[in-house]
Amino acid sequence: MIKTDVVIIGAGPVGLFAVHQLGIKGLKSEVIDNLDRAGGQCIELYPDKPIYDIAGIPQCTGEELTKNLLEQIKPFKTNFHFNERVQEIKNEGNNWVVKTSQNKVFTSPNIIIAGGVGSFEPRKLSVKDAEKYEGKNIFYSVSDKKKFRDKKISIFGGGDSALDWALELSKVAKVTLIHRRDEFRGAPHTLSEIQKEGKVDIKTKYQLSSIKGDNNIKSIGLKSNDGKEIDIQTDYILSFFGLIMKLGPISEWGLNMDKKTIKVNTENFETNKKGIFAIGDICSYPGKLKLILSGFHEGALASVECFKRARPNEKYRFEFTTSSKDIQARLGIKNK
Amino acid sequence: MPKITYIDSSGNKKTIEVEKGLSVMEGAIQNSIVGIDADCGGGMACATCHVYVKEEWLNKLSKIEPGEQDMIDMAFEPKKNSRLSCQLIVSDELDGLVVTTPSKQV
Repeated sequence: MIKTDVVIIGAGPVGLFAVHQLGIKGLKSEVIDNLDRAGGQCIELYPDKPIYDIAGIPQCTGEELTKNLLEQIKPFKTNFHFNERVQEIKNEGNNWVVKTSQNKVFTSPNIIIAGGVGSFEPRKLSVKDAEKYEGKNIFYSVSDKKKFRDKKISIFGGGDSALDWALELSKVAKVTLIHRRDEFRGAPHTLSEIQKEGKVDIKTKYQLSSIKGDNNIKSIGLKSNDGKEIDIQTDYILSFFGLIMKLGPISEWGLNMDKKTIKVNTENFETNKKGIFAIGDICSYPGKLKLILSGFHEGALASVECFKRARPNEKYRFEFTTSSKDIQARLGIKNK
Repeated sequence: MPKITYIDSSGNKKTIEVEKGLSVMEGAIQNSIVGIDADCGGGMACATCHVYVKEEWLNKLSKIEPGEQDMIDMAFEPKKNSRLSCQLIVSDELDGLVVTTPSKQV
């Protein structure tokens, strides 16, 4: 059981800055995220796209913003728990007990939900029987490429993952790459390498229409944009249609929801449950803007209430980073 | 105000007046049209506001950008007349536009 002042769900920009706002008040936080690294939507959806509306930073990419935020919170030596999703929360007196998908247990007076639009999960195939073969003949990521040796593999998608794996696996297996149009969004040099090697059977303007098999997949049906249908022999399907965001268990925690967002009180961004806060894209209130800068503000206000709950016997004092010796000490700044 | 018609996958039709300058997605969200999720809020980053545009309207729409096309790759059952409704800005020219929502968004 990990004891902490605040459990933060979500390591996107807003969750990261909340670590900062809590940290300068002397509060420790533990951060949980379903992805394998920090950054949230910034790193998954638009790592290379410039952002122009972070105050004081005329332009930066999602990746740069994440890097800078991580640098900014370095002094607080925060623990991150990646590849874990919060499954369950339970009230115990003044504390919340938080359990993750990896069975880690936290106890804390405060939970800050900075979960964006939910946790990222691979977008799955929707044809009949796709679920039946998932994990057996259908994969949404590659963890062990040995099993594909000398097999017939159908790869779906037009992005970098599809192109990279088509090229890589074509060295050891018979690969068909299927994409719904002629243009690929993945790196052009990977595509030209695939074409140069000439080992991948590229089928464009086709989409998956059916899966045939018994215990294992035997073949798949493809349908072209103009209605032509073909069958190809397949042992494995690899599908790379990016990630989707799923709210997951959050909707079962008894929070006051408005569609996929959580209603909060704008004084401290607390939800209808004492000690549970929601900030960033996932919270809603009149006039809410889904901007990173709004999330920073929301985290700052939530951190004040978190302090009061984590340190009930101490008086909260508002302080500036420019002048507070306490804050500067927490930031590791040595004053002359 | 221009009228936009949203038809769901089982054929239920709703016609709504949408303010000029809003996107077809925003018109749907503000009027609680079921079938358009718009998880990313209009950032062309999620493909959950995917719609099929009635053929005769295709030429009247703004040209499809590569970024939108890339996202449509990931949408549920993309077709030739697929668009992201967050990229369709309502104007007088689009008065009467008819879009159909897919049976699901992800």
